[in-house]
Amino acid sequence: MSKAKLVILDCWVSPFCMRVKIALNEKGLEYEAQAEDLFGGKSELLLSSNPIYKKVPVFLHDGKPLCESLIIVNYIDETWSSPPLLPPCSYGRAQARFWADFIDKKVFDACGNIWRSKGEVPVEAKKEFIEILKQLEEALGDKDYFIGTTFGFVDIILIPLTSWFFAVEKIGGFTVEAECPKFSNWMKRCLQRESVAKVVPPPEKVYEFVLMFRKMQGID
Amino acid sequence: MAGELVLLDFWPSPFGMRSRIALAEKGIPYEYREEDLRNKSDLLLQMNPVHKKIPVLIHNGKPVCESVIQVQYIDEVWHDKAPLIPSDPYQRAVARFWVDFIDKKIYELGSKVWKTKGEEQANAKKEFIECLKLLEGELGDKTYFGGESLGYVDVALVPFYSWFYAYEKCGDFSIEAECPKMIAWVKRCMQKESVAKSLPDQEKVYEFILQLKKVFGIE
Repeated sequence: MSKAKLVILDCWVSPFCMRVKIALNEKGLEYEAQAEDLFGGKSELLLSSNPIYKKVPVFLHDGKPLCESLIIVNYIDETWSSPPLLPPCSYGRAQARFWADFIDKKVFDACGNIWRSKGEVPVEAKKEFIEILKQLEEALGDKDYFIGTTFGFVDIILIPLTSWFFAVEKIGGFTVEAECPKFSNWMKRCLQRESVAKVVPPPEKVYEFVLMFRKMQGID
Repeated sequence: MAGELVLLDFWPSPFGMRSRIALAEKGIPYEYREEDLRNKSDLLLQMNPVHKKIPVLIHNGKPVCESVIQVQYIDEVWHDKAPLIPSDPYQRAVARFWVDFIDKKIYELGSKVWKTKGEEQANAKKEFIECLKLLEGELGDKTYFGGESLGYVDVALVPFYSWFYAYEKCGDFSIEAECPKMIAWVKRCMQKESVAKSLPDQEKVYEFILQLKKVFGIE
């Protein structure tokens, strides 16, 4: 196994892996990203570190594994305290966790309902996706980031998922900018951060991946 | 710090039970308000406009939604009494993993056990038992998942015990026969007043399930 103290078992297109890498970048931490071949064959290390779900990301700190991206980002924030990703007060943290949970429950599935659809995309699927973004816009309000003036936990949980939005827009036949301009501005603001720009792949590359995946699944 | 605490809840909800146990463990007084889920109160809809679900914990007029978030909030605010969440970041992350596992699996699979029949039910039963066995493995020889005292994982899991009798009757199987260690752990938890007072009677929950089956047209 690698001598690196911090290792992430990774896949370039996984928004869940991106969350962990952004958090590590925000904290100025060096790490090794080991690319997993999720189609060709998962590594022994992945299967033994995450026997229950067998999924990426897995984060290894001195060889000790942690799974589930929200849990990993929380751990990174608690272990390396500067700069803090969660607000200092308990109520603010509860709010941040609420929106992270909402994002985890809703956004990726809503994307999937669009990019996985065969033939014409159902109107309800598009409607639901836009409604979710509008709810997030409302939570954002007039703030630059979800928790006030600084880039933090909720932004980190959400911004990687937006790398899949171009694919959703192409397949769904709409644009996020037209439907949710505030949300679109927040996206641009986050993508300008170095910690994010280094990690999030170009949307066109994700779109190519989605098209390839659709062919593999017999959707196209 | 105490201020005004209200819990909007529904008596058979295992999610509501989690917050009841956490508050009882810490000896924190609060007002319990029963919601009629067929006729949700204005307060519930105002305090949880996104999901419109119970439980909602209202602290000095400000809502905290989602049971696992509530338990973490309660543990942080009243940190000096009966700590539930490990102080070591790695142990905390491991505890969060198992609570997340319980949330992903136990409620969904349990629901399938009482709602379905035939092959779907048989598969749900099998997977449900497999999940309980994984949890037994995590418990090991410890008194509680939290070690010597009740912890975050115990609080997240033990409420589902109040639904075990209903699952067993609907699914025609015995959880104790399949997972004796799990039931031994449950009995230890039920000796604690905070748990015993927060869980409804299993027979009452079974009657409630039977009524739900009638309403949903499940025979």
